[in-house]
Amino acid sequence: MGSTIIEKIVRNNIGKEVHPGEIVTVNVDRVMIHDIFIPFVASKFEEMGFTKLWDADRAVLIYDHLVPASQVDDTRHFRIGNEFAEKYGMKNIHRSDGICHQLMTEAGYVRPGDIVFGTDSHTTTYGCVGAFSSGIGYTEMASILGTGTLWIRVPETIRVNITGKLPPNVMAKDIILKLIGDLGADGATYKALEFTGDTVENMTVASRMSMSNMAIEAGAKCALFTPDEKTAEYCGISLTDRERDLVGDADAQYCQVIEYRAEDFVPVMACPSNVDHVRPVSELAGKAVDQVFIGSCTNGRLEDLMAAAEVLKGKQVAPFVKLIVTPASRKIYREAVANGTMAVLAEAGAIITHPSCGLCCGRTGGILTDGETVIATNNRNFLGRMGTSKVNIYLASPRSAAACAVAGEIVTLD
Amino acid sequence: MDRFTGKIWVLGDDIDTDIIIPTEYLALKTVQDMAPYAFSPLRPELAGQIREGDIIVAGKNFGCGSSREQAPEIIKALGIRCVIAKSFARIFFRNSINNGLLLIENDRIQNDVKEGDEITVAINESIECHGKQHPITSLPQNLVDILNAGGLVKAMQRRNGLV
Repeated sequence: MGSTIIEKIVRNNIGKEVHPGEIVTVNVDRVMIHDIFIPFVASKFEEMGFTKLWDADRAVLIYDHLVPASQVDDTRHFRIGNEFAEKYGMKNIHRSDGICHQLMTEAGYVRPGDIVFGTDSHTTTYGCVGAFSSGIGYTEMASILGTGTLWIRVPETIRVNITGKLPPNVMAKDIILKLIGDLGADGATYKALEFTGDTVENMTVASRMSMSNMAIEAGAKCALFTPDEKTAEYCGISLTDRERDLVGDADAQYCQVIEYRAEDFVPVMACPSNVDHVRPVSELAGKAVDQVFIGSCTNGRLEDLMAAAEVLKGKQVAPFVKLIVTPASRKIYREAVANGTMAVLAEAGAIITHPSCGLCCGRTGGILTDGETVIATNNRNFLGRMGTSKVNIYLASPRSAAACAVAGEIVTLD
Repeated sequence: MDRFTGKIWVLGDDIDTDIIIPTEYLALKTVQDMAPYAFSPLRPELAGQIREGDIIVAGKNFGCGSSREQAPEIIKALGIRCVIAKSFARIFFRNSINNGLLLIENDRIQNDVKEGDEITVAINESIECHGKQHPITSLPQNLVDILNAGGLVKAMQRRNGLV
């Protein structure tokens, strides 16, 4: 019997065949800790009685949720992080380079086939390069820092096969929102997603990243794409035979297979206040909009900013709408300046912020209040996520979001 | 220890960890500081009403969303003895076990109970409400070991020879 991608990754890691449902202990290739949780990781680590990291070079510390500080006590997290890194010899620290999930792949910390854990639920993102990556809490992170290992239950796999050519104005974001709507918010809980078909083969790594990023919103443990030449180029590596073999076998066992025709996709939005509450944009047209947010680890990459700029070029944001644009990393920010994208956005009236988690986690830069509506390109529209619990958050693609910013209401693109 | 009775609070499906503790309170210094804001986007008064030994009964996908471990810690700090839900999100499930918060998956009692009812839980055996017994399955052994140790910190302390 053949294997799915996740079964191959775990097998390669522990050196024996595995099957869904088995509980095994894996050797961790890389960990990511961000600023919100470093104080808790640090105290748990010492409380557990560890005195050194299992491998300081495999740990990455990234400040992004609190950068720059918005409350008086936020810098405490940076101080504790710096002290912990100094004490235990951690060299991989990013203090204002961008959002953790963007940096982990962009800065080359993740390779195809790696097993990576992070103190953030959107750690599923690195499946875009064929890595098994998943979110954990700070207590488990502390135990990995001491032991280099973690128990996992080998997940069943849902295969999602997409073939054909996407219609204009449909982005990877529309695909993943549609899938989450179809699966439901718990439709992939404890399971791996595996994406196949020529539509995803033709996608950029950045687009794949938007999809693997949001897999957690259907409960998935990870979301995997087979590494290919685009992956190799993105990671700046040559693929090994073992990495090339990270493809689901024809006779692998899938618990579910979902088929989509790319031509059937339409622009969609996730409506308040659940990510699986997905409807076509055309059914929502006319709803007044107060703010638009384009950014986050889901949709803050260069191609996202360029897609928004294409819609906004030569136009103006509606006078009563705040359009907030947050690039996912400093590198993306520079690239968007260099190729003229930032100029287009600025001329259209965008408020452009530093790369960080920013508005997505509701701590800074654009908090909303009762009755206000925001169209946002990030990954969550939960109650109270961007302000009060009476804010209406609609999740959309960068193209759809940009169009709404100009119209001042929800509109479809022609 | 193996058997306890508590008053229940009833919550719905997809109770996410942003509801359990919103991000704006996540940088408060301690879990005790955060606890009064638990469930505030949904039911601002709830944290103040929960008493030691109470039980939460919820629908499917409890604890979905963000990986914030404060979620189970706060539920425990409020005095909740266990959470019974139709299903749990993956990260919340791990975090709860690691913090010694008992979770029970059961999709039948929701129809039989209302908020304020008292139910009796016999760990690894059954839930009893209104004289009706609902069998429950036990956890895998590696998780029972962590729970029995009193959580992952204590399990690691034992590994490192501290206790």
